[in-house]
Amino acid sequence: MTADVPMVDMVGVHKWFGESHVLKGVDLVVPTGTVTVVLGPSGSGKSTALRCINQLEEIGAGSIRVDGELMGYKEGTRGGKPVLYRLHPKVISRQRSRIGMVFQRFNLFPHMTAIGNVMEAQVQVLGRSKAEARERATEVLTRVGLDDRMDHYPAQLSGGQQQRVAIARALAMDPELMLFDEPTSALDPELVGEVLGVMRDLARSGMTMIVVTHEIGFAREVADQAVFMADGVVVEHGPVEQVIGAPTEQRTKDFLASVL
Amino acid sequence: MSTPTTAATPTQEPERIHAIPVRYPGRWVSAVVVLVLAAMVASALITNDNFAWPTVSKYLFSEPILRGVRWTIWLTIASMVIAIVLAVLLAIMRRSGNPVMRYVAWVYIWFFRGTPIYTQLVFWGLITVLYPTLSLGVPFGPELIRFDSGTVFTLARVAILGLALNEAAYLAEIVRAGLQSVDTGQSEAARALGMSEGRILGRIVIPQAMRVIVPPTGNETISMLKTTSLVLAVPFILDLNYAASAIGNRNFQPIPLLVVAALWYLAITSVLMVGQSYIERYYGKGFDAHTPAPRGRKRRVPRQAAINAAGTAADLGPLEANP
Repeated sequence: MTADVPMVDMVGVHKWFGESHVLKGVDLVVPTGTVTVVLGPSGSGKSTALRCINQLEEIGAGSIRVDGELMGYKEGTRGGKPVLYRLHPKVISRQRSRIGMVFQRFNLFPHMTAIGNVMEAQVQVLGRSKAEARERATEVLTRVGLDDRMDHYPAQLSGGQQQRVAIARALAMDPELMLFDEPTSALDPELVGEVLGVMRDLARSGMTMIVVTHEIGFAREVADQAVFMADGVVVEHGPVEQVIGAPTEQRTKDFLASVL
Repeated sequence: MSTPTTAATPTQEPERIHAIPVRYPGRWVSAVVVLVLAAMVASALITNDNFAWPTVSKYLFSEPILRGVRWTIWLTIASMVIAIVLAVLLAIMRRSGNPVMRYVAWVYIWFFRGTPIYTQLVFWGLITVLYPTLSLGVPFGPELIRFDSGTVFTLARVAILGLALNEAAYLAEIVRAGLQSVDTGQSEAARALGMSEGRILGRIVIPQAMRVIVPPTGNETISMLKTTSLVLAVPFILDLNYAASAIGNRNFQPIPLLVVAALWYLAITSVLMVGQSYIERYYGKGFDAHTPAPRGRKRRVPRQAAINAAGTAADLGPLEANP
């Protein structure tokens, strides 16, 4: 059953910020266990689309399903007509806890050490004991190569190390989907490699990932599917070799020429 | 002339610069001027018999004064604790999605900031006259419980309540400013992890807001220490200021007794300031590499180990001087 259901299924998603219409009917299917990169010029709506998936932004129209489950709403009927019931914030929190998210600016909790950051939501959301959370945190921090930095505060870590802690923090929740919102854009060039390395390993382990990025080399190497967005719509999508290697749309060609 | 020279051979330790420091004669001049002025002030205070220093020392540690000090400290602490709890509630209400909560908090702050504290204290003092009995029941309907308000509202309680309710309105705005100062990325990250809004506030936002909240709250606490002298309006007459002026009026020596009170207020303020600096250091952890967390009940990182591991010992040098 789950084999047929894609991990993410976005249908006709629209998003308005006041008057400005930033997503104009986005469709996106991400099969389970695959890596999708989202490319596009800034302001194209790619980050907004990502944020809609875990409901950091509320969508204005369309629907988003993660592993078959409708995000943010429950379908029902009222007076014989189909209607959507808004989900209680607690249920939305539960939906979000299954989706890991990594931000451009890391957003680590500065008042907690690296291991404290990774333990926090395990204890507060999943209800794990401190000992369990510590064990799992040690495991994921080791996986991202930071077993010797666990007791450091974020301010004592480099940007690349901070971003790896952020990835570990998301992984500790055992998510079924990982979202990356320009994870290397705020890093010094020499620190990009260590973060991409961790993401590459994660992709090889079979994690379903959606990555908004400008790293074309990483996209070619790791991604299964590439999506090119511009002006709030998906201009082109398909296998990564095709979209990056032989784009058919002029806007995709122009964009790739500008970043390569 | 001693011009700095660099080491000739690269294999040797380079010769350190030992330059002659720039002279600042102005610093010496200002030090002398300040010393002379201080001596003048001291002599003007000590030699003036009007200050009646023997009277000051006679009453400084006298029982009525010490009792006043105890009451003043109690009024300050009790009213501030209540005020802080109320203020956090009010600040959260003002940010709430529930419009009723937002409006209630706004009206509370508007009213208690908008009327004089002295007037508020007079009214709280009159509460037993305005409402001799208190009863719980349905509004305009039947009563359920009924008791005498004089037994509930003792003068000390009225004084503490009056100070706290007024202070909460000011503190609420300080807390709100603190909550607003925390980067929105913080609650976003917590939300993405599936944390509930309450947990986000308690575990992520408030601990970071404290850095901004503590300094002005220290200010308010010191201000409250002096504001307690207004409880005379209730009338509550056991606090330091009233105790000192009562003695001063009785023996016709108000000035030395004012000095006694002032010295005590100054002493308590000093203690409060030390306490504040410790609280600031506690909430500064993780933000300022040069402000380590004080030794708390929780086992913290062995700092030196962490620093060695990070290989940043040079930058964090001063850390070790003040662990």
